[in-house]
Amino acid sequence: MKLDSMYQDVILDHYKHPHGRGLRDGDAEVHHVNPTCGDEITLRVKYDGSRIADVSYEGQGCSISQASASVLNELLVGKELAEAQRIQATFLELMQSKGKVEPDDAMEEVLEDAVAFAGVSKYPARVKCALLSWMAWKDATAQAMGDGAERKTA
Amino acid sequence: MTQLPGLLDTEALRKDFPILDRVLHDGKKLVYLDNAATSQTPRQVIDAVSEYYERHNANVHRGVHVLAEEATALYEGARDKVAAFINAPSRDEVIFTKNASESLNLVANMLGWADEPYRVDRETEIVITEMEHHSNIVPWQLLSQRTGAKLKWFGLTDDGRLDLSNIDEIITEKTKIVSFTLVSNIMGTVNPVEAIVRRAQDVGALVLIDASQAAPHMPLDVQALQADFVAFTGHKMCGPTGIGVLWGRQELLEDLPPFLGGGEMIETVSMSSSTYAPAPHKFEAGTPPIAQAVGLGAAVDYLTSIGMENVARHEHAITEYAVRRLQEVPDLRIIGPVTAEDRGAAISFVLGDIHPHDVGQVLDEQGIAVRVGHHCARPVCLRYGIPATTRASFYLYSTPAEVDALVEGLEHVRNFFG
Repeated sequence: MKLDSMYQDVILDHYKHPHGRGLRDGDAEVHHVNPTCGDEITLRVKYDGSRIADVSYEGQGCSISQASASVLNELLVGKELAEAQRIQATFLELMQSKGKVEPDDAMEEVLEDAVAFAGVSKYPARVKCALLSWMAWKDATAQAMGDGAERKTA
Repeated sequence: MTQLPGLLDTEALRKDFPILDRVLHDGKKLVYLDNAATSQTPRQVIDAVSEYYERHNANVHRGVHVLAEEATALYEGARDKVAAFINAPSRDEVIFTKNASESLNLVANMLGWADEPYRVDRETEIVITEMEHHSNIVPWQLLSQRTGAKLKWFGLTDDGRLDLSNIDEIITEKTKIVSFTLVSNIMGTVNPVEAIVRRAQDVGALVLIDASQAAPHMPLDVQALQADFVAFTGHKMCGPTGIGVLWGRQELLEDLPPFLGGGEMIETVSMSSSTYAPAPHKFEAGTPPIAQAVGLGAAVDYLTSIGMENVARHEHAITEYAVRRLQEVPDLRIIGPVTAEDRGAAISFVLGDIHPHDVGQVLDEQGIAVRVGHHCARPVCLRYGIPATTRASFYLYSTPAEVDALVEGLEHVRNFFG
């Protein structure tokens, strides 16, 4: 069934058992909303030099947006910023592929659990759900690094 | 098949709507339950629009050739039909706009630029309700910000109705305009017009009624409503998109200033100043949505041939059935009135802690189209402490079998995320 390609077990698992949820100490905080559906996330980043010490978040939204935040936390915490940016760019590429990119081994190695979102890219209305936390992270990181301060919402 | 008293002959009616035969996702029959967002279009309307373009297309109110005269007659004929449909005292009180949002914005801007006694300024107040669609909130926020007028609103009761307990404090001598929805687009609530209009009249305030969710579903009589303005849109009542209506009392339309300037709305123009055409043309600058107006005229004919009383009776029966069946679904909570009394056919609900987006996605896979989100009425979601709802909304072609399909679909949703 087509639905199963969107709601992979990995995604439902992250939705039901989110990683790193809850707000903790951070260098910058952003609040992003998806105005079409009302999904919201408040996200904080904590850096230790150029290493991501923590990404903490609190939000409400559908399984896709919540699972995506959980996957983000699992993938990015502990990574160097440059590596995290590469992961973010790869995830963005996958999500904007309209279902046309079949993740290969190289992509899977970069994205790990996040490749499960490949099926979501076929549903234009849901791509924004999957990207909500990633855009929030990018924005929070820009603020923490001092370029793009004061920008609170996308 | 479930038989309910008051139902229309949907088997025959549905043949008028080609789209209802669509089959989606490997053989699932379309179950269209998103009628509060837009209704489907009968063949009669599609044909009227096609015929307009195939035989009569021209600009209106200018030119002396045959096509221009035919197009003008069709466009103005649509105005006659709409005027009769809403029992307007005069056809000149019917202004065509592009949608209900434009109609509401038009009134806000008329009042913002008006002279006394209509002028909205920092000494005055604007009254709306917490139940409004964003299109009946934001224009008033803009007007309030631009003029300094105070924006006030009625709150909601726990069961999804307007809280009028403090009506005398909300609507006061300072109130210039009270704008509220006749039927809630998110909860289906039918509001008590008379009580609000009476209080507004007592203090000399104008009343604007957003009838977007009423005009398609029940007899609409602007004289009985006793409002000063009534706004609605064509695409929710079997018409095309791109056409809306603002009805206004003639003396007001004469007194109030135009908002958009351009061709069609003038009498004479010189380089330093202009005089304006009488209403409704004063408020219809530029080439209007001609084909869309013709389509709306055909939609009005279609609805009139069925009879709005019959439409209302059908929807009441469907709503009663749907409200009952939905409450059989475990963990389902209706947001809004839980009976069919004083209630339209839009039913919002939450299903346990399953997010509406996920509900809608799994329903879609079964061919069932519902709306999910905040329905452009985010304050209602905030009021009830929920991020969003799933909304099923019915129309004259909806059947009890479609209600059953929804209920079965929701069981499937529960199993999927259970």
